[in-house]
Amino acid sequence: MTIGLGHYLSVAAILFTLGIFGIFLNRKNVIIILMSIELILLAVNINLVAFSTHLGDITGQIYALLVLTVAAAEAAIGLAILVVYYRNRGSIAVEDINLMKG
Amino acid sequence: MYQAIVFLPLLGAILAGMIALAGARARFPGKGPAAGGEDHATDHGPHHGGPGVHGGGVIHSSHHEAEEHEPAAVGSRTAELITTTLLLICMILSWIAFVDVGFAHHDMRVPVFTWMAAGDLRVEWSLRIDTLTAVMLVVVNTVSAFVHLYSIGYMHEDPYRPRFFSYLSFFTFAMLMLVTADNLVQLFFGWEGVGLASYLLIGFWYHKPEANAAAIKAFIVNRVGDFGFALGIFAVFMLTGAIDFETIFAQAPSLTGKTINFFGWQADALTLTCLFLFMGAMGKSAQFLLHTWLPDAMEGPTPVSALIHAATMVTAGVFMVARLSPLFELAPNAQAFVTLIGATTAIFAATIGLVQNDIKRIVAYSTCSQLGYMFVAMGVGAYSVGMFHLFTHAFFKALLFLGSGSVIHAMHHEQDIRHMGGLKDRIPYTYIVMIVGTLALTGFPLTAGYFSKDAIIEAAYVGKNPLALYAFICTVAAALLTSFYSWRLIFKTFHGEPHDRQHWKDAHESPMVMLIPLGFLAFGSVFAGLPFKEIFAGHGVEGFFRESLTFAKSNTVLEDMHHVPLQIGILPTVMMALGFVIAWQFYIRRPDIPVELARQHDWLYRFLLNKWYFDELYDLIFVRPTKWIGRELWKKGDGWLIDGFGPDGVSARVLDVTRNVVRLQTGYLYHYAFAMLIGAAAFITWFMFAVR
Repeated sequence: MTIGLGHYLSVAAILFTLGIFGIFLNRKNVIIILMSIELILLAVNINLVAFSTHLGDITGQIYALLVLTVAAAEAAIGLAILVVYYRNRGSIAVEDINLMKG
Repeated sequence: MYQAIVFLPLLGAILAGMIALAGARARFPGKGPAAGGEDHATDHGPHHGGPGVHGGGVIHSSHHEAEEHEPAAVGSRTAELITTTLLLICMILSWIAFVDVGFAHHDMRVPVFTWMAAGDLRVEWSLRIDTLTAVMLVVVNTVSAFVHLYSIGYMHEDPYRPRFFSYLSFFTFAMLMLVTADNLVQLFFGWEGVGLASYLLIGFWYHKPEANAAAIKAFIVNRVGDFGFALGIFAVFMLTGAIDFETIFAQAPSLTGKTINFFGWQADALTLTCLFLFMGAMGKSAQFLLHTWLPDAMEGPTPVSALIHAATMVTAGVFMVARLSPLFELAPNAQAFVTLIGATTAIFAATIGLVQNDIKRIVAYSTCSQLGYMFVAMGVGAYSVGMFHLFTHAFFKALLFLGSGSVIHAMHHEQDIRHMGGLKDRIPYTYIVMIVGTLALTGFPLTAGYFSKDAIIEAAYVGKNPLALYAFICTVAAALLTSFYSWRLIFKTFHGEPHDRQHWKDAHESPMVMLIPLGFLAFGSVFAGLPFKEIFAGHGVEGFFRESLTFAKSNTVLEDMHHVPLQIGILPTVMMALGFVIAWQFYIRRPDIPVELARQHDWLYRFLLNKWYFDELYDLIFVRPTKWIGRELWKKGDGWLIDGFGPDGVSARVLDVTRNVVRLQTGYLYHYAFAMLIGAAAFITWFMFAVR
């Protein structure tokens, strides 16, 4: 069995879905949300690279690198925010983060 | 000269009003720039405190405890002097005008300016001076001047005199406007002006709830009459296309037999118009059915009762009918109605007067009754006789009111005659003038009332009107009752044992400034009859009134009056004497009889004491349903329907929606993210399938 485009896309889709559910079903921890976002970005990256090789166009892989950079930066900022938040509120449980409640 | 007569009181009213405003500003300096106001108050305070004329040094109990030590308004004395002087000048000018117009026949029309012109409607502002007006000028200005003078004494402890005098002068101006009117709209202006002045003056002591209620009642009951009056004016304008008297009277004969459609009913135009106009007169002159406001109006200061609710304003209706005699002469049915109402009022008010205990209310019902007499005269077509009674009545009724005021003043604002008695030794001067007034009212031979009242009764006797006989019986019976209640008033107040010894002891004669007007009015009550008999009720009517009154060809009442049988002629005098004897018997010789009678005929006594239950009846028929409708409309119509489905309903629904929307905002990040995702997915789906 050769690994084709479909497999890559399937893996990407599974990862994306996991990421989505990771955001919604998570009641515990904001870090998990950050991880889920990473997961989603990863899925996107897999898609980009898969299409890049499939179509023989290098642009997708360059884009994947860009996304990786952005993801790294985002993770750094996100974690930094998280640390500050924890210092202020003493909790990073998702349940407690409801300041936007109407 | 005529401009002076009419506008001098207005000038006085404005000046006094300005003083009152300045005083109010000084009293409540917080409300505006009143620099120096306080200084004035202290400067003038002692000066007003002890006017020399109010000798005796008696301290009066005030109407209102709270007011007792309130200082008089700044410039009270100035306001009094200005208004009173102007009115005295007006009075003198009026008497000159009376002679000039009545005897020298110098009728005048003094144009002032054009009030408004709209299409066919042209309302001029001009003074119509003919004999009828001249008579009214004399009545109004004489009584008003004396009342002004009297008020200086009567009101001397009231802190708001400038306002009072301003109102009094304003009233006089409005009344003069009314009597000099050259067209119906101007008449209506004066009519409403006196109504306003009446309202203001009845409610002068506005911190008394009863005074406020009485003022509102007077105003509202008068609105009922004025509604009819306004309709009458519209009808006249519709029929003749004009509202000035000249044109209306010229066209009046051509209107006979015309009909107008009134709610699908083909009514005789003139009759209907006259009835509407008379409705206004009924309201203003407190005639039967619209009389309820007059007794309550006694809540006002006594000089006001004398001026407005006895001598002048309430006679405006009589004057109006006389003025419109060319119309009424052509509407016999309306005349019959006038007679009916007049006669009914005369007897009805007299019966109530029998049992009342408030000195002013007795006189008020007497006024009501006498106005009925005047309308009887109007109804049977003896206009000049009605005017005669108006003329004489003004003197003796103003006298009676001012005399009552003097009694009230002496008794420290006690008005209940049951608490009086024996006052004749304490206030002899007041006693004498009250006797004079009573003699004139009851028609003692050779007093003013004798001539005019007898003339009315004779006119009713010879009247050709279908209701003249009824009117005759009523007026004769009312003469008996009048005599009885008038003497009852005198006996209970001045004779017998004092019921309240402390008050009796403290009673004191009024100051000179009050007694002088009483003296003049007493003089008028005695001598206003004989010299004027010929020109009002005798052969001189034609030459005196000329075209200011119109008598139809068939109207021979004035002529027939001279041929009544002797028995009829002396009947009123007999009635007067009889009433006196009964009153003497009841209240001097056997004071237990009336008590016994009242006990035996308890229901009748209550019926009369409660004024035929008119107030209760009206309360039941008009006031309660109106209140009910008002409350229903308020609660159901406005509160439930309009607010419920309008602003309140909308706001409630908006709140409901927002409450649910608020619930969407959980504050959990993942919910927003989920919503974002769904949105993004939906958008992409739409983008993929729809756009392209």
